[in-house]
Amino acid sequence: MKKLIGNLIQGLFLISSTVTTLTVLLIVFFLFSEGLSMFKESPLEGENILAVHSNNKVKTVSAEQIKNIFDRKITHWSEIGGSADSIILFTSQDFDTYFNADDLGPKFEHLPRKIDSLINSTPGIIAVFSSRYIPPHFRGKLIEVSNVSLNSFMSGREWFPTAHPAVQLGVLPLILGTLWVSLIAILIALPIGLATSIYMAEVASVRMRNLLKPVIELLAGIPSVVYGFFGLIIIVPMIQDIFNLPVGETALAGSIVLAIMALPTIITVSEDALRNTPRAMKEASLALGANRWQTIRRVVIPYSISGIAAAAILGIGRAIGETCFGHSVRLALS
Amino acid sequence: MTEIYPHKIESKDVNLYYGNFHALKGISMSVEKNTVCALIGPSGCGKSTFLRLFNRMNDLIDGIKIEGDCLIDGKNIYSKEVKIDELRKRVGMVFQKPNPFPKSIFENVAYGLRVNGISHKTLIEERVERSLKQAALWDEVKDKLKKSAMQLSGGQQQRLCIARALAIEPSVVLMDEPASALDPISTSKIEELIYELKSQYTIIIVTHNMQQAGRVSDSTAFFYMGELIEYDLTKKLFTNPSDTRTQDYITGRFG
Amino acid sequence: MIGILFSILGFIIYKGIGVISWEFITEMPKDGMTKGGIYPAIIGTLCLIGGSIIFAFPIGVMSAIYINEYTKHGYFRSFIQLMTSNLAGIPSIVFGLFGMSLFVNQLGFGDSILAGSLTLGLLVLPIVIRTTEEALKAVDDNFRQASLALGATKLQTIQRVTLPIALPNILTGLILSIGRVSGETAPILFTVAAYFLPKLPTSIFDQVMALPYHLYVISTSGTNINDSRAMAYGTALVLILIVLILNLTASAVRRYLSKKNNIN
Repeated sequence: MKKLIGNLIQGLFLISSTVTTLTVLLIVFFLFSEGLSMFKESPLEGENILAVHSNNKVKTVSAEQIKNIFDRKITHWSEIGGSADSIILFTSQDFDTYFNADDLGPKFEHLPRKIDSLINSTPGIIAVFSSRYIPPHFRGKLIEVSNVSLNSFMSGREWFPTAHPAVQLGVLPLILGTLWVSLIAILIALPIGLATSIYMAEVASVRMRNLLKPVIELLAGIPSVVYGFFGLIIIVPMIQDIFNLPVGETALAGSIVLAIMALPTIITVSEDALRNTPRAMKEASLALGANRWQTIRRVVIPYSISGIAAAAILGIGRAIGETCFGHSVRLALS
Repeated sequence: MTEIYPHKIESKDVNLYYGNFHALKGISMSVEKNTVCALIGPSGCGKSTFLRLFNRMNDLIDGIKIEGDCLIDGKNIYSKEVKIDELRKRVGMVFQKPNPFPKSIFENVAYGLRVNGISHKTLIEERVERSLKQAALWDEVKDKLKKSAMQLSGGQQQRLCIARALAIEPSVVLMDEPASALDPISTSKIEELIYELKSQYTIIIVTHNMQQAGRVSDSTAFFYMGELIEYDLTKKLFTNPSDTRTQDYITGRFG
Repeated sequence: MIGILFSILGFIIYKGIGVISWEFITEMPKDGMTKGGIYPAIIGTLCLIGGSIIFAFPIGVMSAIYINEYTKHGYFRSFIQLMTSNLAGIPSIVFGLFGMSLFVNQLGFGDSILAGSLTLGLLVLPIVIRTTEEALKAVDDNFRQASLALGATKLQTIQRVTLPIALPNILTGLILSIGRVSGETAPILFTVAAYFLPKLPTSIFDQVMALPYHLYVISTSGTNINDSRAMAYGTALVLILIVLILNLTASAVRRYLSKKNNIN
């Protein structure tokens, strides 16, 4: 009986740790499946399709080309391998300019036929409209939009997930932005954090340390949204003033906020690492005539370097997670 | 009780491996009822490992392999029918470092009774008092049974651990260098205690201290490099050892 | 240097202290969130803390016990540990997306306290596991051996010796994870948080407001950012106070229990 209960509870423990493990696998699976579906879907918004004149030689276009066409950066079909015709744009917003509202009928029932004749009579047209309005005997040609490829995803320079008519999914600026912001944040936070932790571990009196340590642990626990709020109301206007910028919401502001956010973690973890240096090692160095700073530089820091590195990674790791967020939803408020 | 089996404790050709390391090499020896057996030898010779065979504490270690038979009252304690917690109730153990739980003195001694399903209040109180008296600690702690055991001195803590082991009424007590972390006065108290306990229990004690082995034990086994070199009555082994390695060790030439 | 950090605290306390009043913490927000209080957000955050802890604490502690007391060193153990530390490394926004996909959409909980609590629970699970594991590891093996040598089973040893000794540190971990739950914005963004909902939840399938998201809303995208600035200071201060109270509780609990155990 006793044994049975023991086994039951052990089973319960096992299930618990399995839940944890499964969650991670689920999250990874989720990221892959959601991420891969992005490569399978057409970058065109919703149900939209892309149609051209039947004589047009162009068969596929990429999302980037669509954007350039609609931004008027590509104006002739010859630029993307077609005839010399200049490109004429037609989207659902142009219904009113091309058609008379009365011709379309009260429920747009004549729209498909109108679109058909418009496309058939305009060799240079490129039309974006909902697949609901495809005419029954369509005389134009539907062209395909190439799916987002891994290559264009990684190297694309533009990220407009809500752009019209085709979304732009180039993740490069996000990656570069995250890296830059994090790098500058490390450069700001690491020296300050290290100096503070050395002060606390080696220089400060016991009373001072007992006072500082809980406060810094408290700061480490403050939600990032509070730091973001602080950044928004103090750092952003400050940067705007100093550099005379129209908006202060720059990478620099983000880096400063992230550095402040990462500081408490860096300080507590690296202070613990520094204090783990065996007393005997420090005393040996002092007994050989080294002064306090030499001892710190040549004995204490080399001994605890792995702990300090861990501190920097932990601190910035948290910060990087927040930057990703900051870029997509601007939550870092910077 | 009539003596059915010739030996209280017996090991028959026991081999033990930690992974690839052969830690005990074919040990065969026996201990008589109500005697004290001392295990001596240099560090790493296998004497503690041998001791821990008899309450199966070695089972906790990963990658261990045990061959041969260990018998208590003639029964193999490594057979499948033996329940480990039942065995450990019959074989008490005292560790090198005093390790009372961070509970009150009373709860420390009562712990073994409670985990074995005894909840009768007066029975527990009786047993705690008797065990503390057996361990010669009662007079020192009878007024502060509710106080934390961590407040006692090292010697008192170790005697508390002995009381804790005695409370579940074992027939064998294993002691792993019980006095090595204590001062001389506490040590002599523990030694007196061992001498007293001999009348009711069979005791195996591991020790580094040659004089201690000479003072408290009836028989002594000398271990070296995982082998049992010599096992004899303590008097004989210390005055007239038959192996030169034993001679060298007890006269302090190595180890 | 630490002055910067202090000045953040000082600044928010200075600006926020005037805003906080009994009305501020007990009234509904009014006038496009420029007046009134943050009562529903406080209640919402409390619900989320409760929900996520009910989920994460038992599972986390039991996992840690399993990892530390039952598994032997080997592939299985390092696999679970690897997974746990991976879970700790995932940015919180990913938890939010995952929670939205699994709990809100697949399991059909909708935007609800249940979905938000489960998401936050997953987020703090690695913290609970890690601190419990450390706490169990810090328990001297001698105690376990002494208990086993007295004929206690493994379960009795865990229940009567190991857990009581590790309890102060486990509770500290619990309280720290509550602090984390109370401050996260990203995971609740897509799973539970309401932009503006001046009423209290009636079941676990209701949406609620939550403090961190409320702060985010009124400082970046509220209808009138400048008018709600004072409310933002107040909300930020309430968040800081929650963290402060939790930290103080943690150290008090720790001190009380270690005095009781008398192990220093």
